[in-house]
Amino acid sequence: MVTQQDDNRRDFLILATSAVGAVGVAGAVWPFIRSWSPSADVLAQATTEVNLSNIQEGQMITVPWQGKPVFILHRSPDQIAAAKKDDAETMRQPEKDADRVKDEKWLVVLALCTHLGCVPQPVGTGDYGGFLCPCHGSHYDTSGRIRKGPAPENLPVPHHEFKDANTLVIGKAVG
Amino acid sequence: MFKGIMEWVDERLPVTELIKSQATEYPTPKNLNYWWNFGSLALFVLIIQLVTGIFLAMHYKPDAALAFDSVEHIMRDVNWGWLLRYLHANGATAFFVMIYIHILRGMYYGSHRKPREILWWFGVIIFFALMGTAFMGYVLPWGQMSYWGAAVITNLVSALPVVGQDLVVWVWGGFAVGDPTLNRFFALHFLLPFVVFGLVILHMWALHAVHSNNPDGIDLEEKDTIPFHPYFTIKDLYGVGVFLIVFCAFVFYNPNFFLEPDNYIQADPMKTPAHIVPEWYFLPFYAVLRSIDFLGTMSKLVGVIAMGAAIAILFILPFLDRSPVRSFRYRPISRALFWIFVVDCFVLGWVGYNPADATVFGGMPIIYVGRTATAIYFSYFALLWLVTALKVEKPQPVPKSL
Repeated sequence: MVTQQDDNRRDFLILATSAVGAVGVAGAVWPFIRSWSPSADVLAQATTEVNLSNIQEGQMITVPWQGKPVFILHRSPDQIAAAKKDDAETMRQPEKDADRVKDEKWLVVLALCTHLGCVPQPVGTGDYGGFLCPCHGSHYDTSGRIRKGPAPENLPVPHHEFKDANTLVIGKAVG
Repeated sequence: MFKGIMEWVDERLPVTELIKSQATEYPTPKNLNYWWNFGSLALFVLIIQLVTGIFLAMHYKPDAALAFDSVEHIMRDVNWGWLLRYLHANGATAFFVMIYIHILRGMYYGSHRKPREILWWFGVIIFFALMGTAFMGYVLPWGQMSYWGAAVITNLVSALPVVGQDLVVWVWGGFAVGDPTLNRFFALHFLLPFVVFGLVILHMWALHAVHSNNPDGIDLEEKDTIPFHPYFTIKDLYGVGVFLIVFCAFVFYNPNFFLEPDNYIQADPMKTPAHIVPEWYFLPFYAVLRSIDFLGTMSKLVGVIAMGAAIAILFILPFLDRSPVRSFRYRPISRALFWIFVVDCFVLGWVGYNPADATVFGGMPIIYVGRTATAIYFSYFALLWLVTALKVEKPQPVPKSL
């Protein structure tokens, strides 16, 4: 005969077994989930060094950093002036040009549209004299700030330092 | 001899009874029209995709450095490799043609209505799984469209608040679409078709539990049905024949009709093609995504939500339609709305195919067409509910039986 006490005991045992099982499954799933995160060799490609001496005024190059393209633009006085003049305009993500560059002659931005990650086209293709993303028509100015189109944010400025007058280091070593 | 063997088997596993009750003698409405062929055709294409896909996997290399060349190796060096690949690539297109017609048929004749909601839901889940499978399959050749299609679609994940950025890095296995991404997409592209196959079995189980709907959308008596064999085996076979004529015409005479020339250029993570377009079967949803561009920083997230909702809304369709009559044959207003909806889907597809900043009709930005078409797309579901819930629509008399 099954008593009330037996029933309570069984309820408790089922609950306890299920709880232990759930925790165990959750723990076992974790390594599988983590296996999708960037592996050690991917994380190791943290910095890129760039020689700037061959980039003429008004020219730009695209360099890979962590597998992503980075625009390095040697800005002309006109492009600098345009970026500074627009500091006063209303923007989606207001930022002063001076806060986005370490040396106003050099604009260093991640060349991935903040909308859906396409590479924008070179300087001068968009309205505002900057970059046009071909995928969904986002326009960035000569400071890489979003001015028109669906992208929500400015082109990010990656961590970068000038090792000397002609050498730029993008990224920070990790680990 | 054969009879003896079958008796032996049937005593242990009732195969004959299953075949009789679920296939040969399965009662099928006698008034099914040709729109009912597309379910079995979709299954036929699934089998083509499974067989060609498994044999392609025997020659393909899921490595960012080797993938593009291995596809060309299949095309040029592998015996009949060109045929396997063209069947598979065009098979994806054929699959979506079948599925879209199959879905629209269900919407027109009310096949999602009570008691077929679960049957319908399995169908919508299959549709989702199919879109995922097709998307990941398109990445594998590692051409420019593969790469940038993958970049755009995976970036949709980054629109999620708070966790978006970390989640997209997790999906990539790096800081951009790369070798780890390709490798896992290959594994999933191999796995998912078998998941789809399992879902198809559940879909058919649900179908056989409630039986087929029919063009009149009425509940049938036994006298209105005929056995599946030979009437519908022969009709489905006829459909397969017609399908193969059209399919083979593309495979053998215009195999690249649905493919993008840019995808014959190897993936270059440093350069986005001037005009990237998804495969045609994603275009309407892509247009919905792009049409939401007027909400500032919220545009991206809302665009992604709208795109997901455009498909997910199918889940609640059985409950949006409140009419006492299933089939649009007897529902003039719903029928009109339906055809507007169908045309609207083509308009969205056309908008999705054009560049985002294109202008049409002498200077109007195409984005306005996209926004309007998106509004019409969702209005269909809202209006269908309104005209049926408020009994605006007076259905015509429905036959009691056939």
